[in-house]
Amino acid sequence: MKQHTLAVLVKNRPGVLARIAGLYSRRGFNIESLTVGRTEDPRVSRITMVVEADEMTLEQITKQLHKLIDVLKISDITHEDMVERELALIKVNADKNNRSDILQIVGIFRAQIVDVGEKSVIIEVTGSTHKIDAMVNLLAPAGIRELVRTGKVAMIRGNKAVKPPLD
Amino acid sequence: MELSGAEILIASLEKEGVEVIFGYPGGAVLGIYDVLFSSKIRHVLTRHEQGAAHAADGYARATGKPGVCLATSGPGATNLVTGIATAYMDSVPLIALTGQVGTSFLGRDSFQEADITGITLPITKHNFLVKDVKNLARTIKEAFYIATTGRPGPVLIDLPKDVTGLKTEFRYPQKVEIAGYKPIYAGHIKQITEAAEAIEKAQRPVIYAGGGVILSDAHEELRELAEKANIPVTCTLMGLGGFPGTHSLSLGMLGMHGTVVANYAIQSSDLIVTIGARFDDRVTGRTDTFGPNAKIIHIDIDPAEIGKNVCADIPIVGDAKQVLKVLNHHVKFKERRGWIDKIEEWKRDFALSYGGQGSDVIKPQYVVEQIHELTKGDAIIVTEVGQNQMWAAQYYKFNTPRSFLSSGGLGTMGYGFPAAIGAQVARPDKVVFNIAGDGSIQMNIQELATAVAEKLPVKVAILNNQYLGMVRQWQELFYERRYSYVNMQSAPDFVKVAEAYGAVGLRATKPEEVRSVLEEAMKVNDRPVFIDFRVSREENVFPMVPANGVLDKMILGVEE
Repeated sequence: MKQHTLAVLVKNRPGVLARIAGLYSRRGFNIESLTVGRTEDPRVSRITMVVEADEMTLEQITKQLHKLIDVLKISDITHEDMVERELALIKVNADKNNRSDILQIVGIFRAQIVDVGEKSVIIEVTGSTHKIDAMVNLLAPAGIRELVRTGKVAMIRGNKAVKPPLD
Repeated sequence: MELSGAEILIASLEKEGVEVIFGYPGGAVLGIYDVLFSSKIRHVLTRHEQGAAHAADGYARATGKPGVCLATSGPGATNLVTGIATAYMDSVPLIALTGQVGTSFLGRDSFQEADITGITLPITKHNFLVKDVKNLARTIKEAFYIATTGRPGPVLIDLPKDVTGLKTEFRYPQKVEIAGYKPIYAGHIKQITEAAEAIEKAQRPVIYAGGGVILSDAHEELRELAEKANIPVTCTLMGLGGFPGTHSLSLGMLGMHGTVVANYAIQSSDLIVTIGARFDDRVTGRTDTFGPNAKIIHIDIDPAEIGKNVCADIPIVGDAKQVLKVLNHHVKFKERRGWIDKIEEWKRDFALSYGGQGSDVIKPQYVVEQIHELTKGDAIIVTEVGQNQMWAAQYYKFNTPRSFLSSGGLGTMGYGFPAAIGAQVARPDKVVFNIAGDGSIQMNIQELATAVAEKLPVKVAILNNQYLGMVRQWQELFYERRYSYVNMQSAPDFVKVAEAYGAVGLRATKPEEVRSVLEEAMKVNDRPVFIDFRVSREENVFPMVPANGVLDKMILGVEE
């Protein structure tokens, strides 16, 4: 099954996320990741969803989402030329013995140390999902204490835009 | 002028042309009921909120207008849930109004608080919680618009108590625009002409018509298509009445308890023209064996129905009536002698049959036939769910739309009686029969009080076999006759129950009494009638395609 990235514009109203989450669970669709936030228009929120689905299921997901009154627009941007980013905070064990190794990894991935503790550091990293996976794998031997990821956000390059059909 | 929320609500309902509300009062809707008391809108007080939801549903199905029900917060609202889900599954335009605790009490587990918008998320087309009285009028306008346009469905409006009391300027919006909600009515012309070409080429076409035909008022266009292009028509349970059951091109119902000819036609067809139907499992059996040699045209107003259960070769998104109007211009008559002869042969060889009313025990099918004969096919028939529903679908020949009201999708026992009340309120000119079972009727039997109070002459034909008949049938056929908890012998005396409520109670125990008892019931016009038909206890509904089976592998009967 293939991963698809959907950009979904919804009305910025209470309960919208519950409607979407409910739709997914009751129809048995799988969400890999989901992020939501306000857009340039305060009336509109944008959800970036990564879903794993075959073509038929993806078509159903799209059509069922469209039936929700608060959903304004759905774009499958999987095949677009786009910028995709995810942010992760990683708290990893770090003491005298391995600190320099960790700093090296942080350097290679152009990540940042945003907090330093006695036995651990917090690393902030941004990039593609793939890049973050790779960094997490490299840090794993040191011992990851805590990991939080935002899920992917994405935007099409150039003039093309995902715009709501408002006004 | 400034009006209170409750006044705005009732004034808005009046603007929407609402003539009747089915409801039940309570603490959170006191303000609304106070305004309703002096409104010209009729209020029918049911004896249970579930009855109110089903009655509003029956009203909507009988008329095509949205039905309105009203309940208080908490238990009042949750009692509507089954009725809302029933309407949702069958695409019935319904407005459910619920009281709610005051906005400052929300989310604090207050007395009679239930998160009804949360609860009804998956069973409404949309729902609203109105937190500001300034949004109330617009919300009502939007609710009616959403409920009645596109693929219809229930919309719930939750009204906190303080919102019904606060005042604001009342202006009812003239029109409504909802970004992100644009139903498609006109079919794509390229798809329609492609469909016409496929029809022209087809040797063995069949039309599979569903409830969408009735919802879009497309029965005349459907008839024109069938006659003009010479295509036999089978209807789903929801589609019954969308094409005349007595027409020479009618094959009757298809699916699990469909006719042999309808199921054979589907399985032998090379083109299935699907109109406003959704390939439900009760229709298709195993989907990969449904119409194995057929190309599929699928006309539906809901894009999500296309490709959901079965892949369509020629999908057409649009309103059935509008699409058929255009399609009918592009089709022409073809004789297809061989196909039509084959259909006639199947009709002759495999006519619906229950062996006739020979014995001295009443056959339930005979009761339905007698009701059909006596009402000349002109009654509104409402059913409960189970064997009663299937016998009604099989043996009453429906010729007009909105004459058969039944819970098809959800299969709600207890639907029939309150829905019949709603239908009778909507159509006082019509004879309304509820064909019931002894199990189902006990699920909303309290509505006798409603029908008596409103002087509604609803006729309830209880096909009393003292079993949960359909469950018993499955246990007989698939569970080695282990009749687990389906015995209903300890039922009340339905005649006495009816009389206790002030209704008329009648009983028939012998075949020769059926006709006279029905005639007696027909004479009553100021109160409901219960007729207790003591029928053959282990009668089965045939033909039957076992669940997830293949349509032409039907059980036609069991060896005695």
